[in-house]
Amino acid sequence: MPTTAPTAHALSDVTASDSTLRRFLHGLPGVDAVGLEARAASLGTRSIKTTAKAYAIDLAISMVDLTTLEGADTPGKVRALGAKAVRPDPTDRTTPATAAVCVYPDMVAVAKEAVAGSGVKVASVATAFPAGRAALEVKLADVRDAVAAGADEVDMVIDRGAFLAGRYLKVYDEIVAVKEACGQSTRLKVIFETGELSTYDNIRRASWLGMLAGADFIKTSTGKVAVNATPANTLLMLEAVRDFRAQTGVQVGVKPAGGIRTSKDAIKFLVLVNETVGEDWLDSHWFRFGASSLLNDLLMQRQKLATGRYSGPDYVTVD
Amino acid sequence: MASVFEYAPAPESRSVVDIAPSYGLFIDGEFTEAADGKVFKTVSPSTEEVLSEVAQAGAEDVDRAVRAARKAFEKWSALPGSERAKYLFRIARIIQERSRELAVLETLDNGKPIRETRDADLPLVAAHFFYYAGWADKLDHAGFGADPRPLGVAGQVIPWNFPLLMLAWKIAPALATGNTVVLKPAETTPLSALFFADICRQAGLPRGVVNILPGYGDTGAALVAHPDVNKVAFTGSTAVGKEIARTVAGTRKKLTLELGGKGANIVFDDAPIDQAVEGIVTGIFFNQGQVCCAGSRLLVQESIQDELLDALKRRLSTLRLGDPLDKNTDIGAINSAEQLARITALAEQGEAEGAERWSPACELPASGYWFAPTLFTNVTQAHTIARDEIFGPVLSVLTFRTPDEAVAKANNTQYGLSAGIWTEKGSRILAVANKLRAGVVWSNTFNKFDPTSPFGGYKESGFGREGGRHGLEAYLDV
Repeated sequence: MPTTAPTAHALSDVTASDSTLRRFLHGLPGVDAVGLEARAASLGTRSIKTTAKAYAIDLAISMVDLTTLEGADTPGKVRALGAKAVRPDPTDRTTPATAAVCVYPDMVAVAKEAVAGSGVKVASVATAFPAGRAALEVKLADVRDAVAAGADEVDMVIDRGAFLAGRYLKVYDEIVAVKEACGQSTRLKVIFETGELSTYDNIRRASWLGMLAGADFIKTSTGKVAVNATPANTLLMLEAVRDFRAQTGVQVGVKPAGGIRTSKDAIKFLVLVNETVGEDWLDSHWFRFGASSLLNDLLMQRQKLATGRYSGPDYVTVD
Repeated sequence: MASVFEYAPAPESRSVVDIAPSYGLFIDGEFTEAADGKVFKTVSPSTEEVLSEVAQAGAEDVDRAVRAARKAFEKWSALPGSERAKYLFRIARIIQERSRELAVLETLDNGKPIRETRDADLPLVAAHFFYYAGWADKLDHAGFGADPRPLGVAGQVIPWNFPLLMLAWKIAPALATGNTVVLKPAETTPLSALFFADICRQAGLPRGVVNILPGYGDTGAALVAHPDVNKVAFTGSTAVGKEIARTVAGTRKKLTLELGGKGANIVFDDAPIDQAVEGIVTGIFFNQGQVCCAGSRLLVQESIQDELLDALKRRLSTLRLGDPLDKNTDIGAINSAEQLARITALAEQGEAEGAERWSPACELPASGYWFAPTLFTNVTQAHTIARDEIFGPVLSVLTFRTPDEAVAKANNTQYGLSAGIWTEKGSRILAVANKLRAGVVWSNTFNKFDPTSPFGGYKESGFGREGGRHGLEAYLDV
């Protein structure tokens, strides 16, 4: 399994200046929106049954970044979330743990304690999440805070204003700086807010920009805007990580976030992974779901498969 | 595809369709035996299982059916268009209601995946009846004069690749314009046409308006030659089309032919690569490549050849071949042993002539007729596989350097049914499309069909148009 390494020599000239970077990003193959959406929809018709469904549900659970990003978050709520991440279904100990809990930087220490010793990671949305409209120094301080508190992963938002204005190098430099602030042991997820980038061409460019700058993961969205993860934009990002690995040997993870609420949806995303990039990415190290309500539906479906009947929302825990 | 995420089988239930052990001919609103008592068997290409025994129409049966259609023509053509429309709308709705049953039936009899019959064939079949139902009372405004008249009895012969869809393409415009019909389905796929006969009865369609005569080539020949047939419509091979043209020459019969093809799918270096790969796959592996308008010649700009072929090969490795009734199957069975033999022979000829053959690792089922998706690279215009229609899942890859060369190579064929252009540059799409001598030119997509859009060929791909407003003309005295 390829691991994160410096970007291959072939692409090092690309980031020499704003104009070389622009030329490179605009030279990427275009995206035909109709064709992309048609492909995503056709993969959505795969019929996943019985053993394949059981496998997919457990895999999806293990890929969840169980998330709470409310202004009203309390230490108590974060502790409850951590307990749930470690042991999603207390009635069935064969249920896998989730990949991570995802919280604001000030809650990292609480979360860290809640999942201690379980292998569940703590991710933190730093960099002035969700708008990212703050000075670089403020963002870096936010990141350093989260890392100092023990965050295993940092989810950063890019400066969409700069990106849409075509100031790609500024976005690139910021990601590089945040990556540096993360240090060696904290993985960086770069959030594009695809709903605000508005075109698929932009999403492909942002994906490459993020990967060139050293992202360990590329992530669709914050979950705070109208359009978040869709099968089409996730398919596009999967194609980008596949092509990036083919060119550089570096493997980057993908995280769709926001709006994925049902097991059926989650399984459709796993089919996209399976048929676009294959088993190398069918692992929580390389693919995540950013979600808060998805887990309970996965647990109910899992109980249904185990017992043959549906239980109900009271048979899974509220956060 | 070896994967940790293996999809468990998801077969569509066969119980939704009730196939009788035997079927008769459908003449004058009744199922009847053939005059000489002949029958033939129809088998499922994916298992070689015999599905049913079907009456085989002879010359005498053709005569009976044409006479029934002639008799029905008087009343049917005299109906107001709005009345004919009611029947067509009713048929369209029944097709929608029975679409699952018909999709399973078509998959059993033809071998194509349920994914295609369910998601492509049946919705289009219903759409064609709806579309032409809409025209039935508006013929005065279709641009063919104030009061265009129907021709009379239409003799129609259809192929086995899209049995029900080709039936819809033929019958819907014929009935909408006031003609009556004698239709011969292909000998390997007669069942959905016989189910359609039942739908006609269910819809209360007057007797004799639609007659269905299963049989082999001689049945079709007798129908085409029948002196009381006013219009002949044929979809199938170019060789048979030529014979039909000879038969019809010098008579007053009106003729449309929709024959073979060797479509060029042109990918320029600025194409949306991932979508182009999907389009290439749709172009040649849809219905196992048994599509007359298949994009069977891939013309790639030399500068992106390696990149595109790598992407294409990777994509082909994810195609799922197997039980056509499994909802996850992408590639089904070849329609018949004869067709499989023909594809096999042409592919071997490609190898013998020096082209490089490639197929993904792919296990073929033990029984039934199967052919793995196949790519040929290092192909030139001089290769047989670049000239002859293969009618199977075999793609020939050629390269070009300039747009002019692409156009020259694309047009350098005896056919002219379809072509595709892949580029992100709008002006290039228009410039190249204008120069391509093909009936349909798709841009940044392939094998997209719609009842409103006319379809037909140049050169040896035939003449006349089906679908759209143009499709009415073939059934009107204009």
